[in-house]
Amino acid sequence: MKTFRIGGVHPAENKLSAAAAIEVLGLPRQAVFPLSQHIGAPAVAIVKRGDKVKVGTKIAEAGGFVSAAVFSSVSGTVSKIDSVTDASGYRKPAVFIDVEDDEWEDGIDRSPELVSACSLSSEEIIAKIKNAGVVGMGGACFPTHVKLSPPPGVRAECVIINGVECEPYLTADHRLMLEKPDQILVGVELLMRAAKVNRAYIGIEANKADAIRLLTEKAASHPGIEVVPLQMKYPQGGEKQLIDAIIGRQVPAPPAIPIHVGAVVQNVGTAYAVYEAVQKNKPLLERVVTVTGRSVKHPSNFLTRIGTPVSQLIEAAGGLPDNAGKVISGGPMMGKALATLDAPVCKGSSGVLIMDDEEARRAEPQPCIRCAKCVSVCPMGLEPYLLATCSARGDWERVEHEMILSCIECGSCQFTCPSHRPMLDYIRLGKGKVGAIVRARNAKK
Amino acid sequence: MANKFIVSLSPHVHGGDSVKRNMYGVIIALIPALLVSLLVFGVGAAIVTLTSVAACVFFEWAITKYILRRERSTVTDGSAAITGLLLAFNLPSNLPVWIVIIGALVAIGVGKMTFGGLGCNPFNPALVGRVFLLISFPVQMTSWPRAGQWAEYLDAETGATPLALMKQAIHGDADALSQLPSAWDMFIGNAPGCLGEISALALLLGLAYMLWKRIITWHIPVSILATVFVCAGLMHWANPVYASPVQHLLSGGLMLGAIFMATDYVTSPMTHKGMIIYGVAIGFLTVVIRAFGSYPEGMSFAILIMNAFTPLINTYCKPKRFGEVTKK
Repeated sequence: MKTFRIGGVHPAENKLSAAAAIEVLGLPRQAVFPLSQHIGAPAVAIVKRGDKVKVGTKIAEAGGFVSAAVFSSVSGTVSKIDSVTDASGYRKPAVFIDVEDDEWEDGIDRSPELVSACSLSSEEIIAKIKNAGVVGMGGACFPTHVKLSPPPGVRAECVIINGVECEPYLTADHRLMLEKPDQILVGVELLMRAAKVNRAYIGIEANKADAIRLLTEKAASHPGIEVVPLQMKYPQGGEKQLIDAIIGRQVPAPPAIPIHVGAVVQNVGTAYAVYEAVQKNKPLLERVVTVTGRSVKHPSNFLTRIGTPVSQLIEAAGGLPDNAGKVISGGPMMGKALATLDAPVCKGSSGVLIMDDEEARRAEPQPCIRCAKCVSVCPMGLEPYLLATCSARGDWERVEHEMILSCIECGSCQFTCPSHRPMLDYIRLGKGKVGAIVRARNAKK
Repeated sequence: MANKFIVSLSPHVHGGDSVKRNMYGVIIALIPALLVSLLVFGVGAAIVTLTSVAACVFFEWAITKYILRRERSTVTDGSAAITGLLLAFNLPSNLPVWIVIIGALVAIGVGKMTFGGLGCNPFNPALVGRVFLLISFPVQMTSWPRAGQWAEYLDAETGATPLALMKQAIHGDADALSQLPSAWDMFIGNAPGCLGEISALALLLGLAYMLWKRIITWHIPVSILATVFVCAGLMHWANPVYASPVQHLLSGGLMLGAIFMATDYVTSPMTHKGMIIYGVAIGFLTVVIRAFGSYPEGMSFAILIMNAFTPLINTYCKPKRFGEVTKK
């Protein structure tokens, strides 16, 4: 079975909610839409206080090429445009909407029927995707239309669909593949047409044997689409690792991007969103969110309107356990710890993980014993111990030379470290500093 | 909402590995060799080992508390006990207690704590202690009890080690090599030598355990053993006064050094490429010292010399970066 070639770890899977079918979560009383739910320029609000909106009304326009529009997922009245503390912990501008009824914009096809025929051209598909505010649903939230528009001179050769879900606990993509396989496959065909390629691979880790079986069977009637079972290893869902695992090519160090080796990578959730946007005229309004944790009463997968507060998801899964110590938006390896449960579900929120107080605490760091385990597990072939020490010392020149900007922040080093050293904290600090230095240098040129 | 949550950066989970798990894993891996030494050298092995471990742990505790004045002691992490065990394994079983204690003081005091304790020492502490004793007490450090005198300690009858015989052969004693114990005796540990180094079998069991538990990787031990085999084999082929490569592999501190001393985390390189360069150099230096040096054994010196090169190896041996691999 295929996998990526450098490093990797095996965290305990803990897929507690794998058997829980997707449930539709009720409407929130108030929905909050941060204007920056994606990588790139924030969107620009086009509604003001007191405006009436419907489900599917565009409330913010893309703020540049690398940006994405935002749509209301509820109907009601804009109560204010203010800031909200999102999963990153920063306060960001957002549109607040008080929910009234559930009135949808005309032209959105809400029927469950599968629409597979499509006669649109590549440009038309990309325009529809852009117009629906679709971004990468795997967590990085890169605007999808940008990924489908390669820079001049490079050409895509294949589309790679990420169904890996290598983060422990999360099952949103797994459930989506089991419950919406036909829609996903049509979405993949649309992505292939948009990227002008005739091959697509859907990478799925071996722990989701049911999804591999189902999609392989269904893909037989979709020429050009192949399901690739992958050996379980974290961080296989990392874009670069997935490309290496599936087509055996490694994306060179930044500024190179996946398209330089001919690959366009999209998440299965994105493929589904693309299907809905193109075939159903439905902008990105909702997504599947896993709510899980060892002490959570009913680990679940909810189809959630974007903008719903995290607290409502937790209530629906049986309430906040008494011993909750940390609430994470995303998975345990790369997710962000929330400071407040009022944070809204965004386009990239794949899960809400509640950790017990005990497991949420970090162990006291001990001296580095130079065991070299961090070096062995780094999937980017870096030396995390060195990057962390030099960053702590402020030696930015050295860490730049040691390729700190290649770090994908997967956390494998810190996960493995027998001395519990907070390596990634320091590496993030160094990455930020070096990134700023490099940008300043490029600006001077 | 009144809830207060812990907010920290990812990753939020840990694999469960710890310094203790690794250190106690090494101690477990040393048990077969310890049992063989007790069986072969009896009381002497027990006295030397206990003294060495107790002294190392005591010195680490005392130095941390009274000289470094640190709040947290590192005594329980197991690293001082490993230094004690490895130091004892590198000593003859008839060594007086006071010499063992001096060795432990040098190993922990000079070899480890002067540099700041665990993780900071450039040289393997046990070897620093051993080489200090070898230079300071050459007579006591090179008289080796014969195997099988388990009731004797200081008065044990001594005999020539396989390495000493190999040296005599190089210096012209034609039938020295024929007096070597059989390969099987050397493999199971029925030969004179330092108390922990004699049984290749027991040490290889330890290696298997450490590889299984992923405490160490194969790179250092395999590259050392392979290099010694090749170098010794070439010399034996060119001139049979040099012992056969199998005899080289099974004699002296080679197995102990390759498996337990050279693989010391702190003093060995960080990348697989670096580990192989380090291992090949140790193997080569060992054979050179054994054949041409004034001491019969070269393992300790070879490791200490390469310890000094470890920072240099770390600077120049980088892992294969992602993206350096060319298109398939």
